[in-house]
Amino acid sequence: MSIKEKQEEIIEEFSVFDDWMDKYNYLIELGNDLPDMEEQYKTQKNLIEGCQSKVWLNADMEDGKLKFSADSDAIITKGIIALLVRVLNNETPEDVLNTDLYFINEIGLQQNLSPTRSNGLLAMVKQMKLYAMAFNAKKQKEN
Amino acid sequence: MQFLSNELPLIHKTNYLMFDIQKIRDDFPILHRKVYDKDLIYFDNAATTQKPQSVIDAVTEVYEFQNSNIHRGVHYLSEQLTDSFEKARKTTREFINAKSEKEIIFTAGTTASINLLAFSFGEKIIKTGDEILITALEHHANIVPWQMLCERKGAVLKVAPVNDKGELLFEEYQKLLSEKTRLVGVTHISNALGIINDVKAIIDEAHERDIPVLIDGAQSVQHTHVDVQALNCEFFVFSGHKLYGPTGIGVLYGKEEWLEKLPPYQTGGEMIHKVTFEKTTFNELPFKFEAGTPNYTGAIGMAEAINYVSELGIEDIAACEHQLLEYGTKRMQEIDGLQIIGTAEKKASVISFVMEGVHHYDAGMILDKLGIAVRTGHHCAEPVMTRFGIEGTIRASFAFYNTKEEIDTLIDGLQRVKTMLG
Repeated sequence: MSIKEKQEEIIEEFSVFDDWMDKYNYLIELGNDLPDMEEQYKTQKNLIEGCQSKVWLNADMEDGKLKFSADSDAIITKGIIALLVRVLNNETPEDVLNTDLYFINEIGLQQNLSPTRSNGLLAMVKQMKLYAMAFNAKKQKEN
Repeated sequence: MQFLSNELPLIHKTNYLMFDIQKIRDDFPILHRKVYDKDLIYFDNAATTQKPQSVIDAVTEVYEFQNSNIHRGVHYLSEQLTDSFEKARKTTREFINAKSEKEIIFTAGTTASINLLAFSFGEKIIKTGDEILITALEHHANIVPWQMLCERKGAVLKVAPVNDKGELLFEEYQKLLSEKTRLVGVTHISNALGIINDVKAIIDEAHERDIPVLIDGAQSVQHTHVDVQALNCEFFVFSGHKLYGPTGIGVLYGKEEWLEKLPPYQTGGEMIHKVTFEKTTFNELPFKFEAGTPNYTGAIGMAEAINYVSELGIEDIAACEHQLLEYGTKRMQEIDGLQIIGTAEKKASVISFVMEGVHHYDAGMILDKLGIAVRTGHHCAEPVMTRFGIEGTIRASFAFYNTKEEIDTLIDGLQRVKTMLG
């Protein structure tokens, strides 16, 4: 499934909710379902410090595809992280770099990625792209 | 499961002996707005308070009819506005019962007042090895300026600890007062937990050793009657916007003899008496500390806010907020796993709490969508959170325009948070 298809799928899933609490309940479910991040990756190095909720992010490269794992101490934040990981996981660094994450807007969560929100999510998206950039540079060097 | 019938407008039936709640609420236009189609419930009053129409009108009137630069112009508008500005100073002096208008310095707010003092007091008084004593309950604004001063001067910042209820350990405080202590800086009411310090005892104790005291009144002037002469503190600071006034205006009160001997902080404008390229002499108090064009609109708006609370009566306001505190505390105890942080006997209308298995940020996000504004996090008082071994709290802070019905809605909201997250 392409990044675009994954985004469309999420928009479709959220289209059934007309109430904020239903959206949040779904995000909480997604947060709980996100595979636990191995404790060894929950390091200071992988910590993206928002003022209020903490976010950890780790990235690896397998067969030319990025593998993200992430976690947060706040569950709604973790639910949004689960969405971002779902969209960008198993994609090539080029695709991650060139992606416009329009689904965030479409499902009404853009506030959570605004620079004034102190939840670490915006920094997390930037960090995901930085990882993509770094792995891309490494790949080009190897070639 | 049905939790809330928020589609119906909230009926405020809270019966205060002192005033008609509906009439009070009508004074504050913002209280009638909706957020996410819900009635706004504003419980973030410790961060900033809402403004009555009279304050909004006073600010508008300055811009519509009076605007002009003060203290300088020979013309009608300038003279009229200078009068209004100096009248605002008189109103402020009366409000805290300072001896003289010379002791009322208008600043941008509490933080600006403390920074001014940290610079001017620091320049004149502080030397290597000196000590400044604060408490474990301080807001960052009453920590960082002193920390920076200590770094500049090689002085030492000492911190008096609190017990598990959040009360100052008075004996520890006494022990920390030494012949090296040059200033005690203490919050009147803790912004993070709402605890009221016995500032009179703190001041008297410091005075036994001739140590001057600064009281941070950012959270106190709106909840309790302040008389700086009765307190006998050397310095007292507060903000207009937490007192139902405009933002960007605040006060540094200082005893005249202290303000006289401290050097100016910023320079330029009305604070100057005479300038030659060889030497500048400074204007007298209070102008010495008011560099540049002062925030006259803010000062006039704040004076109107002072008139508003004075007319209601600060004691009646306090009594009414105490009812809300007691009711809120009682109702919160009905929620399993909810723990109030800061359980001192003497508290202002602030309830800071944590919930088992619930991150404060998640709770804040859910409450927000229910139309309830609370603050979450460390409330710019990280050392307080560290003291209690937590990363943050959910804080509901009440003002006299809040009602028990709003608290009921908060409790329903918290039950919902618990069901969703717990």
